[in-house]
Amino acid sequence: MALRLDTVGPAGAGRDADDATRRIRTRDHSVEIVSDSGEGAQKCGQIFGAISAKMGNGVWTVEIIPAEVEPPPRSIAGASGIRIRLGAGPVTNWGDETDLVVAFNEQVLLGRHRLGSLRDGAVVLLEDMWAAHPDDAIRAQWESALEELTEAGYEIILVPMEEQCLTVVDNARRGKNMFALGMLCRIFSRDLDRTKQQIAGVFRKKSDEVIRRNHELLNLGYAWAAQNLDLQVDVPLMESDQEMVVMNGNEAIALGAVASGMELAAMYPITPATSVSHSLGEIFQRFGGILHQAEDEIAAAGVAIGASYAGRCAFTITSGPGLALKTEFLGLAVMTETPLVLVDVQRGGPSTGLPTKVEQSDLLAALWGQPGDAPKIVIAPATIEECFHSMITARRLAELFRAVVIVLSDANLATGVAPFPRPEPDTSWFAAPPDQSAVPEGGRPYDWDEATGLSDRFIPGRPGGMHTVTGLAHDEGSKVAYDSAINQRASAMRARKIAALSSTLQPPPIHGDDTGDLLLVGWGSTQGAIEEAVDRCREQGLAVSSTHLTFLSPLQPGLKEMFSRFDRVMTVEINYSDAPDAPFVTEENRRRGQLAMVLRSATLVDVDCWTRVLGEPLRPGAIERAIHERLDVAMGPSGTEPGQPDDSSPSDGDGR
Amino acid sequence: MSCSLFQIAELDEERHFEMGDYQGPVARWCSGCGDHSVLTSVQRVLAEADAVPEDTVFVSGIGCSSRFPHYLRTYGFHGIHGRALPLSTGVKLARPDLDVWVVMGDGDCISIGAGHWIHAIRYNVDMTALMLDNNIYGLTKKQTSPTTPQGYSSNTQPYGSWLPPMNPLEATLGVTNASFVAQTAEWLPAHLFATLKAAHEHRGFSWVRILQRCPHFTADIFGDVVKDPGSVELLVHDDGLTVPALDRMIEHRTTHDPSDIDAARRLAETSDRVRLGLFYRDESRPRYEETRSLPHFTADDKIGLLEKEFDRHAV
Repeated sequence: MALRLDTVGPAGAGRDADDATRRIRTRDHSVEIVSDSGEGAQKCGQIFGAISAKMGNGVWTVEIIPAEVEPPPRSIAGASGIRIRLGAGPVTNWGDETDLVVAFNEQVLLGRHRLGSLRDGAVVLLEDMWAAHPDDAIRAQWESALEELTEAGYEIILVPMEEQCLTVVDNARRGKNMFALGMLCRIFSRDLDRTKQQIAGVFRKKSDEVIRRNHELLNLGYAWAAQNLDLQVDVPLMESDQEMVVMNGNEAIALGAVASGMELAAMYPITPATSVSHSLGEIFQRFGGILHQAEDEIAAAGVAIGASYAGRCAFTITSGPGLALKTEFLGLAVMTETPLVLVDVQRGGPSTGLPTKVEQSDLLAALWGQPGDAPKIVIAPATIEECFHSMITARRLAELFRAVVIVLSDANLATGVAPFPRPEPDTSWFAAPPDQSAVPEGGRPYDWDEATGLSDRFIPGRPGGMHTVTGLAHDEGSKVAYDSAINQRASAMRARKIAALSSTLQPPPIHGDDTGDLLLVGWGSTQGAIEEAVDRCREQGLAVSSTHLTFLSPLQPGLKEMFSRFDRVMTVEINYSDAPDAPFVTEENRRRGQLAMVLRSATLVDVDCWTRVLGEPLRPGAIERAIHERLDVAMGPSGTEPGQPDDSSPSDGDGR
Repeated sequence: MSCSLFQIAELDEERHFEMGDYQGPVARWCSGCGDHSVLTSVQRVLAEADAVPEDTVFVSGIGCSSRFPHYLRTYGFHGIHGRALPLSTGVKLARPDLDVWVVMGDGDCISIGAGHWIHAIRYNVDMTALMLDNNIYGLTKKQTSPTTPQGYSSNTQPYGSWLPPMNPLEATLGVTNASFVAQTAEWLPAHLFATLKAAHEHRGFSWVRILQRCPHFTADIFGDVVKDPGSVELLVHDDGLTVPALDRMIEHRTTHDPSDIDAARRLAETSDRVRLGLFYRDESRPRYEETRSLPHFTADDKIGLLEKEFDRHAV
């Protein structure tokens, strides 16, 4: 694409917009807005995404969040922003590279470029104020950055955002995002009135003056783009009568929890789980529940278990380091058979790791992560819609099976925003009030059913049921076990519950044909990207299919038989695995993807894995390339080989 | 004790209970252990209050004293080391209708569970928390605890405890929102009973330190105090604890108004005599479970509320 590096003149001086407008018709287009922290790029993108969804585009948005609240301005690793992928049909993942970028300075743009986020020839709308900045150092940075970006072949259009915004506000940092939104509304033909309504809603807690100014900036950006940009992008809209809601995965978890009838959430702030509690803090106030911010992660687990024990199933929310701290309490809940829902919004690890970035590295910790044998239920929502429904399932399973249910979400779902069909609330979703009926004579608090391991729970308040639950090994009467056979039997009963649950599950559906050369197996937030990659490869004639696991403990049945119908089976995950040809790595000592390890042990099938820990969601193009590699076929002539950045991407800082 | 939420509880007005109604299996503590005395006193308090057994929950951590709930015929939750307070907080937040007690040892409450102890004082959730303080880890066979006297030898500090002991009374009284702080001793059953009764009646977080002997590992620590009533000083006041049975036995008494926090903090400082009594009480302190109390909605109400939430997110 042609490189154009001229500053377009001020509003009014440009050519007639209707004259030579380039119209791009596409079914799939990704936009990024990147800035320093605090410049509102995310708010701009959220509004743009919401309006696009309302008008009938498929939408997936992903926030680009630095690890610090306010990293140094104009820094390559400090980019704060958002990507919005628009589709003519439903969008299930963040896609590959960005087609159009609005950047508030050249350094954050450089950061995105170096991460391989931008498509070759991508259109860049770049703030031009830095070119003539009085600071020599900044001008020098600008020049060297522009050289690198120009060489990369982007179509760079300089935009006098600062200058334009200063005609409306004194501090352009507080207004550029609305100007950018105006430009995008023009480029993508978004409805300005609806956008203004959306702005008024988003800023409802601010003064009317703020809303008026934002509307003015929106108009200004729109008019400027109309006068000066010869670009219009047309992503066809869907016609649908289906009522939709739009939210991010953490909001969906919060709403799902409320819809499940749970009335107490105990948590301690940790990224990226915390925003669930931000939503709950508001929602519970309307629903009559309690969001308890405990003194630490351990106490949060304890408060939730205490509430569940008392008959009101509760949950706790955390991310990796918090899961580590809660493990002793998880063991207690398993041993006392107290229902508990734990949501782990996974981030990069180990230790503080990549606090704001996605990873799927907590699977084995969720399955096996405490001393002693502690069978639990582990489920993983794959979409934002499933984040909502998984909480209803989790609460039900926790109470029915007197079990710990871990819900493994991740940072991709947590901050990803996508529309989904509006749920239809049902009273059967809600938890029953605590059972206060009298316990029949001779009832025992762990009267395990031999076939299922299940037992009736004696909740405080039930006459005749007085007993003490304990983390010590105990018998059916909850008496401390001094008899060695009791521990064997109680262990069997706790495990049997999980097996009993497994017998009620269906094999996961297969995406694609049910036989073939390669079967991909995924879990959690990667479903959209995996299926998109499979679809592309199938169009190219490759015999590849995929399946996606919702249940990780117990595993869904039928996997071994399903795997036998494919020549090769490979998991696709966002966790670390050794390359098979890495130094010292053998078939025996190879560190494999976490699901791959589980599946190998469960099925005795030689399950391979392809995993990445780049601190970003998987790109369908990268999975597509991995499929080609595994099937030993070259990428097609379409040349759509996407460049995943190599492993040297800039790391995050510390901080929770 | 009555509760509007659950119909069954409304019958409770008619029921009366004796100490024996709270009697569980025979306690497996050592003979001479102070825990026995506390158990008896607690049963007496429950009987006097006509506490409904099924509406009463004892939560404990880990240690000798944490076996406490097993020996009662109420509901009990024998938890994990140091974490009794988060569990009991959860119980009370979910079910304010339940009568919640917490039993901890010194290691449980002020060592491994110290963070929860400090915050539980501040939450001021209505429950009765007992710290059974024998100055040693007993169940694990004589390791130094935060209250072990300096120089006292244990299996982990055989050359004597290196540091001066922690004064948990001072620490508790230093926490914002403390509402009931008392100290008593297992060898003075009348005082123990009066203290536990007052603690149970207090609306808020009642924290009681109970000094007690471990016959195996610290029999000598309080041995002299037990033999010599002159080494004990009682805090007395019309608004505080009155224990007539001790009038003639203990001569040292200090009149202390339990609403005076400054005086309470001075009296809590380490002194030559062991001070027993009610150090501080303030029923006006905000109780967390009440500040967080919100109405419960019917399922139909909730459907309506959910629809409103979806409206907020409607495309």
